[in-house]
Amino acid sequence: MPQTTDLNRHSIGELQRISHKLSQQIIEITTKAGSGHPSSSLSMIDILTGLYFSGVMNYDPKRPDWPERDRFILSKGHGAPGLYVTLAEAGYFDPALLSTLRETDSPIEGHPNMRVLPGVEASTGSLGQGLSIGLGHALAARVDGRHYRVYVLIGDGESDEGQIWEATMAAAKYQVDNLTLILDYNKFQQTGPVEEVMPALTPPGDKWRAFGWYTHEIDGHDMNKVVSSLEMMKSVVNQPQIIIANTKKGKGLSPFEANDTNRLHGKALSEDQAKTAIAELDAMYAKLEGA
Amino acid sequence: MDIGKSIGLEYGAATRDAFGEALEKLGHENQNIVVVDGDVSDSTRTQAFRETFPERFFNVGIAESNLVGVASGLAASGKQALASSFAVFLLCNAYDQIRMSIAYPHLDVKLVGSHSGISLGEDGASQMAIEDLALAASLPNFTVLVPADEQAAAWATRAMFEHEGPVYLRTGRPDAPKVYSSDTRFEIGKAVRVRDGDDVTIIACGLMVAAALEAAQHLSNKGIEARVLDMHAVKPLDQIAVIKAANETGAIVTAEEHTITGGLGAAVAQVVVKEHPVPVGFVAIMDTYAESGDPNDLFKKYGLSPEHIIHEVESVIDKKA
Ligand SMILES: Cc1ncc(C[n+]2csc(CCOP(=O)(O)OP(=O)(O)O)c2C)c(N)n1
Repeated sequence: MPQTTDLNRHSIGELQRISHKLSQQIIEITTKAGSGHPSSSLSMIDILTGLYFSGVMNYDPKRPDWPERDRFILSKGHGAPGLYVTLAEAGYFDPALLSTLRETDSPIEGHPNMRVLPGVEASTGSLGQGLSIGLGHALAARVDGRHYRVYVLIGDGESDEGQIWEATMAAAKYQVDNLTLILDYNKFQQTGPVEEVMPALTPPGDKWRAFGWYTHEIDGHDMNKVVSSLEMMKSVVNQPQIIIANTKKGKGLSPFEANDTNRLHGKALSEDQAKTAIAELDAMYAKLEGA
Repeated sequence: MDIGKSIGLEYGAATRDAFGEALEKLGHENQNIVVVDGDVSDSTRTQAFRETFPERFFNVGIAESNLVGVASGLAASGKQALASSFAVFLLCNAYDQIRMSIAYPHLDVKLVGSHSGISLGEDGASQMAIEDLALAASLPNFTVLVPADEQAAAWATRAMFEHEGPVYLRTGRPDAPKVYSSDTRFEIGKAVRVRDGDDVTIIACGLMVAAALEAAQHLSNKGIEARVLDMHAVKPLDQIAVIKAANETGAIVTAEEHTITGGLGAAVAQVVVKEHPVPVGFVAIMDTYAESGDPNDLFKKYGLSPEHIIHEVESVIDKKA
């Protein structure tokens, strides 16, 4: 059975370089489009890089419908720019398409559409639905005797939705151990900090533990931790797992951090802001390389 | 957007902006109003109310079913409760809650859905409500309002609080061409004749009223005089105006930023078929989801441009007896 995992098995240093490139692309394509959610995409880009390029996930970009593939579902669909740059890098489509983000007739839509872009596993953009869909895929593996794993990424604000908890309960009931949920715990939602909008969601680990999940908390920008925790989840048995990834919305870049009411939720940077952010990104990653 | 620009219509605020401003004003006059938000007050524009009346504003997070249920409880305890989110999440995510907790018990809850239609543009289909009018109108006891411009939105915001019972008010994202002057006052359930004509009637709501006016002007240059009705209340529908239009102009075209199923066109057709059959044409989204893109491009691609209205008018006129 052909497995492409090895093609995408990169060292931590290489992963950091990939994440750097993808972060830059997120800023470039949203600024060119003049809209989109760059800060929401940047907070999860190290996680997506770890998932797709460390060898954790088993997939074949030439066969997006391969039944044995591992699935990734972006439940917080507004992070679409982050998903698109990752899928392009993984080889699902020509990266030249990225610059058509949000244009009429482009498959690089404002939110992910599984019918028009290979590699997109679920049409999302209405928050709260991805975990249920992921659970469905995970149960299908059981019914069909397959061995793939399912990864779902949700937002912390998104966890306000009741459906997240309905799926959380059902996954625990069925003890699906081929399902890994990743919480992009960037502490902000649309109208403000999660602590203010919905204080009871904090700390999140306690909630999922109470529902019977295996929980693990990491720094979601520490590539070593991202990759090792994803690997570790594969050895958990009879329990769904959640990685609570502490992240930063806008990933520590000043144009986003300057707006501390909502870290520019849903706003593209101006061309000047984008220049600043990309220079800061370069400096940030130069430091990582030096370290 | 450039609807109405070719006939010199000026642009005013978006209907969501006018709604937000009017709501804040009403908050001063009517202490009984409370507002519930689902983490989108900056988008829906209930933010102004939130800032002025924080003690009468509740953000329940991204949780639309809960949003609707809480509004219902507030209303059952005597408040005039308004719940707001993007139209698509409000109507589609919480439909059973709207049905059971608001429509069925006939409670005085006002639902305001922003970002309706494809004029929201670049965010794409997941954020575009194109089924909301059908959903809201299919609920017994509901009133459904679709303002055409900033004046109409300000008026509708006030009118829905004066009306007792559940109301769905639909607002949009882009700045809207002005159809009305500042002293606008109309009545729920009474269409407004915004242009006279005897050859055909275009019945429109929302942004499509301006598109209809643009189409009518171009038709006039070709010798066709179109009456234009702003059907700002899709429910209750002004049946008398529809019957009059059928009788006096002999042909009707409806225009709405909604799917062809279950919205304004369907409601008008039902009346025409029963009361006074004449040819009816429909300008609407043809049973498909749209995509991301510039709103003007999308209006052309999905059949909502003034040219589409002109084409539809010419084809119903051909069928006139
Ligand atoms: C059902 C639903 N309600 C509301 C929205 C509007 N919305 C888009 S993003 C967002 C905030 C999401 O916050 P979070 O999950 O924390 O994601 P992040 O901060 O990473 O962007 C909201 C309210 C939506 N997309 N779907």
